[in-house]
Amino acid sequence: MEDNKVVLLDWWASAFAMRVKIALAEKGIKYESKEQNLFNKSQELLEANPIHKKIPVLIHDGKSICESLVILQYIDEVWHDKSPLLPSDPYRRSQARFWADYIDKKLYSTGRRVWTGKGEDQEVAKKELIELLKTMEGELGDKHFFGGDTIGFLDVTLVPFTSWFYTYETWGNFSIEAECPKLIEWAKRCLEKESVANSLPHPHKIYEYSFELKKKLGIE
Amino acid sequence: MAEVKLHGHWTSPFSYRVIWALKLKGIPYEYIEEDLSNKSPLLLHYNPVHKKIPVLVHGGKPICESMIILEYLEETWPQNSLLPTDPFQRAVARFWIKFAEEKGPTVWMMFRSSGEEHEKFKKESLEMLKTIEEMALGDDKKFFGGDEISLVDIAFGAHAHWLGVIEEVAGVKLLEAHKFPRFHAWIQNFKQVPVINENLPDRDQMVLTFKRIRESLLASP
Repeated sequence: MEDNKVVLLDWWASAFAMRVKIALAEKGIKYESKEQNLFNKSQELLEANPIHKKIPVLIHDGKSICESLVILQYIDEVWHDKSPLLPSDPYRRSQARFWADYIDKKLYSTGRRVWTGKGEDQEVAKKELIELLKTMEGELGDKHFFGGDTIGFLDVTLVPFTSWFYTYETWGNFSIEAECPKLIEWAKRCLEKESVANSLPHPHKIYEYSFELKKKLGIE
Repeated sequence: MAEVKLHGHWTSPFSYRVIWALKLKGIPYEYIEEDLSNKSPLLLHYNPVHKKIPVLVHGGKPICESMIILEYLEETWPQNSLLPTDPFQRAVARFWIKFAEEKGPTVWMMFRSSGEEHEKFKKESLEMLKTIEEMALGDDKKFFGGDEISLVDIAFGAHAHWLGVIEEVAGVKLLEAHKFPRFHAWIQNFKQVPVINENLPDRDQMVLTFKRIRESLLASP
């Protein structure tokens, strides 16, 4: 299948954009990455995602696809002959979707409350974050990856957030590894894959940036 | 053929999404009404994470979250298809399903609140409805996806019946016909589909129930 022009509207620290980069790499799809300025949004971004004005946006043959999990499923369906992300069995697909939805409902907002929060709010958020990561650990069980022997939809959905763990831990003054060792081992296994290693920035870079991000967001 | 069971609640639009999909596809199922004020051990066993309905149980295996259930039904029983076959059209459908999931609750939040909060959620609800009117619906389409009903219509189904009840009970008019002509046309088209028409909770009963809910919410400190 010929790869017609694929463009990704990107932002280096976005876990949601990292998901798409991993998927594109897994499938061996060539694409152009266009780094966006989220504090001064480009005309291209506003036209590609007029409703949410957010990244990531995948533009394939001039058509925009928004929402990272929608993009993942689109990539899986169009480039279906290589490295499938979702399993073929409908029940297993429903479970992968369920846990991806769980992550989307909780992880970003809870993580944000941890690294930007203070006092009691931050303590509550830390507790919630550990609880949800422990739940994911339980779901992983003894498997190598959430997808089984190879990384799948759920691995791609969750692993980008691990690049933010150092930021959560340092601002929150706690250790995720101490509470969820198996999840950290899983993250390390994922990072052995080139597609993941090349898509996730070094956690320290994100932490360094978080100071600037706090200023930009008007948080003390 | 393994048996299909649906655990639901008669007032829930999420529960009805599953009923509509099951009936549109002609899938036989057993319905179990759950008491949400006293959740059954079975429900908590099937949905330990969210403890909510609807839950679909197929051959003893549970699936939770209504739109995830619907994708499962679509993949397991492909007849009377509720999603397009083209990957880009499917991505558009899933985008609007996600929008419905994320933004739909603002109407309920408006219903549950008073004062400044209520005004805030009212504003957000109107913005949501405006986006749907202007960006999701077209003048020449009967339904969100074209001529046939699809998962997107089902995802927005709450606005076709529950929204009117909320408007009446909360004394708020959101979906005025002259401001939302496409939305009003879609509601007519949607409710004329026999499966939808024959599977809606009784409006008078809903008004009574929602009145009670609103009274108790506004009375509590």
